[in-house]
Amino acid sequence: MKLTTRMLTAGAVLAFGAHAAAAATLDDVKAKGFVQCGVSQGLAGFGAPDDKGHYSGLDIDVCRAVAAAVFGDATKVKYTPLTAKERFTALQSGEIDVLSRNTTWTLNRDTAQGLNFAGVTYYDGQGFMVRKSLGVTSVKQLDGASICTETGTTTELNVADYFGTHNLKFNIVALGSNSEATAAYDSGRCDAYTTDASGLYSTRVKLANPDDHIILPEIVSKEPLGPAVRQGDSQWLNVVKWSLYAMIGAEEYGVTSANVDDMKANSKNPEVRRMLGVEGEFGAPMGLSNDWAYQIVKQVGNYGESFERNVGQGSPLKITRGQNAQWTDGGLLYSPPFR
Amino acid sequence: MSAPGHTGGTAPARAAPWNDPAIRAIAFQLLLLAAVLYVGWMLYDNTTTNLAKRNIASGFGFMEQPAGFQIVQSLIPFSSADSYGKAFLVGLLNTALISAIGIVLATLVGFVVGVARLSKNWIVARMATVYVETLRNIPLLLQIFFWYFAVLRTMPSPRLSISPVDGIFLNQRGLYLPAPVTEPGFWLIPLALALGIAGAVGVSIWARRRLMATGRRFRSGWTGLALIVGLPVVAAVAAGLPLHWQLPELHGFNFTGGIVLIPEFMAVLVALSLYTASFIAEIVRGGILAVSKGQTEAASALGLPHGLTLRLVVIPQALRVIIPPLTSQYLNLLKNSSLGAAVGYPELVAVFAGTVLNQTGQAIEVIALTMAVYLTLSLIISAGMNWYNARKALVER
Repeated sequence: MKLTTRMLTAGAVLAFGAHAAAAATLDDVKAKGFVQCGVSQGLAGFGAPDDKGHYSGLDIDVCRAVAAAVFGDATKVKYTPLTAKERFTALQSGEIDVLSRNTTWTLNRDTAQGLNFAGVTYYDGQGFMVRKSLGVTSVKQLDGASICTETGTTTELNVADYFGTHNLKFNIVALGSNSEATAAYDSGRCDAYTTDASGLYSTRVKLANPDDHIILPEIVSKEPLGPAVRQGDSQWLNVVKWSLYAMIGAEEYGVTSANVDDMKANSKNPEVRRMLGVEGEFGAPMGLSNDWAYQIVKQVGNYGESFERNVGQGSPLKITRGQNAQWTDGGLLYSPPFR
Repeated sequence: MSAPGHTGGTAPARAAPWNDPAIRAIAFQLLLLAAVLYVGWMLYDNTTTNLAKRNIASGFGFMEQPAGFQIVQSLIPFSSADSYGKAFLVGLLNTALISAIGIVLATLVGFVVGVARLSKNWIVARMATVYVETLRNIPLLLQIFFWYFAVLRTMPSPRLSISPVDGIFLNQRGLYLPAPVTEPGFWLIPLALALGIAGAVGVSIWARRRLMATGRRFRSGWTGLALIVGLPVVAAVAAGLPLHWQLPELHGFNFTGGIVLIPEFMAVLVALSLYTASFIAEIVRGGILAVSKGQTEAASALGLPHGLTLRLVVIPQALRVIIPPLTSQYLNLLKNSSLGAAVGYPELVAVFAGTVLNQTGQAIEVIALTMAVYLTLSLIISAGMNWYNARKALVER
């Protein structure tokens, strides 16, 4: 199986790779000419290929932003679709440079699994979807239910925690990939389907009859989703981290892909001038050119543009900003200052 | 070793050590051993250094940590508070369970279909051919998906369960059966069963000795069956039927109580058994065809009836051809059971190399342990089949 091959490759890389110092990913990426980005196999709005094989989504835009920062060309990305189970091994073994695949930032993953999370692209939480015909309005009414999910995610643990805390019985059916878990739920194997709320919305639009299903109001966990890189390469971590912050910061300062040229030429705001490379030398310490953030905003857009285009009002998902609004609007998005 | 002629006289002219074949052989062996050890040590050292450098936890300490997830099917009691080590055991038992039942089913179906392919009845032979050619030429994973998704979709919801007999329910959540619950005094029944089996074996040995000594046959099969079935029944009645059945009941969404065979288990079991059976059928057919026709004709000439000819002449010789490739099929079935992970059957690869690996991130330890398990199970099956093969082999005198 593909997974086993991947595990064996990881083992081989770790076993045969000499005691070399932690590789400088940025140099490798520049040398090969593209960013290898680990993405979802298909989660509408976050990372999914269209009928021509072009990927798009909020997670995809992070990959494109990194490519724009490094090469000044957002198209220099190659995508590796990964299941939840495969994703960390692919990153640990060096098969991908960035993992941008609706991945929850947890303590264990950030410390013990050789990963570093670069930030949060989407503040999420685990929810449940059920059939309307079941007549259920709360997760607490799901005592004794069968619940389908994808294996290798935090959801398996959250379900056990939540149902255990509320003294509810349940049967979890953990399937190999998201598409199989969805198919099993759709065919009636389970009473409920659980994953991150964003995943529920994007899964529901793909079901046979989306209107027959409702998403229950409870959110049972915190799921901050974000891109991750390998530990021990702080330069590359900085590149990915600040590529994301450039998107978030650009929205805060009102810089969009449409007005970025104008802003670069005319803006009096020193923060904007520093970010877009008009003042100061902020690209060089990361190993990037000085217009790195300009390229990101010009080619990918700011966070708000990406959000609306992929998961917001400009998409079939129609997710509202909620927690994912700027801090100035009462949300959680907050970019450190550009200085 | 010195030649006998040299014992007392002058010492033989000894070759230089680097020209002595014995010493050279030993030297090369040592060199090879050193090289193997060095490569092994290098791999180990590189792995641990690189893991430490990348800040990936290593070692087997995680096996004692609480797992934090639940498993849908478990032969031993398991909750999310139990350790990863116990989750490993649950996965191992589920793999062993589906492999053991799968091997028995595949063998039964395989033998029947294999014999049917040789049937003189045209329809039976054709149907067996169609079975073999269809199933063995479709990838197993597709067959598992077929049995899981295609069959699952036709099942009713729990509230509309198919219930052929009271207490048995079939629906999208699985097959629910009554569970036996033992009462005090139940121990008599297994004891009686053990006595019955011992008695049946004894009778069969006695009957064989008498056949050899006097040539008179004794139908030990029926006596044995009566002992094995009769004694426990007598014991059960004597103890006042110390057993009752707990029926599954619809409670809220699902049935509770009783025994449940989950759809994942049934789909993987059916797919594995039928797929492997198609290969076994071909092996059986080949084995029977390998027994020369003269053997059957000779048996007929001696006046042996058809059934005895098959049992005493054809099958023992066919088995010698059948057993070695049959072993390979059993090994294949064991390893193919890992495909159950795709539809969520909680076997070793799904539970341990899937969920546990993902929670802990310790790919090397987890995958090494998983490979060791499959290797061990395969060697056990192999050893058992080799022993059986040796018993059935032609004894040369």
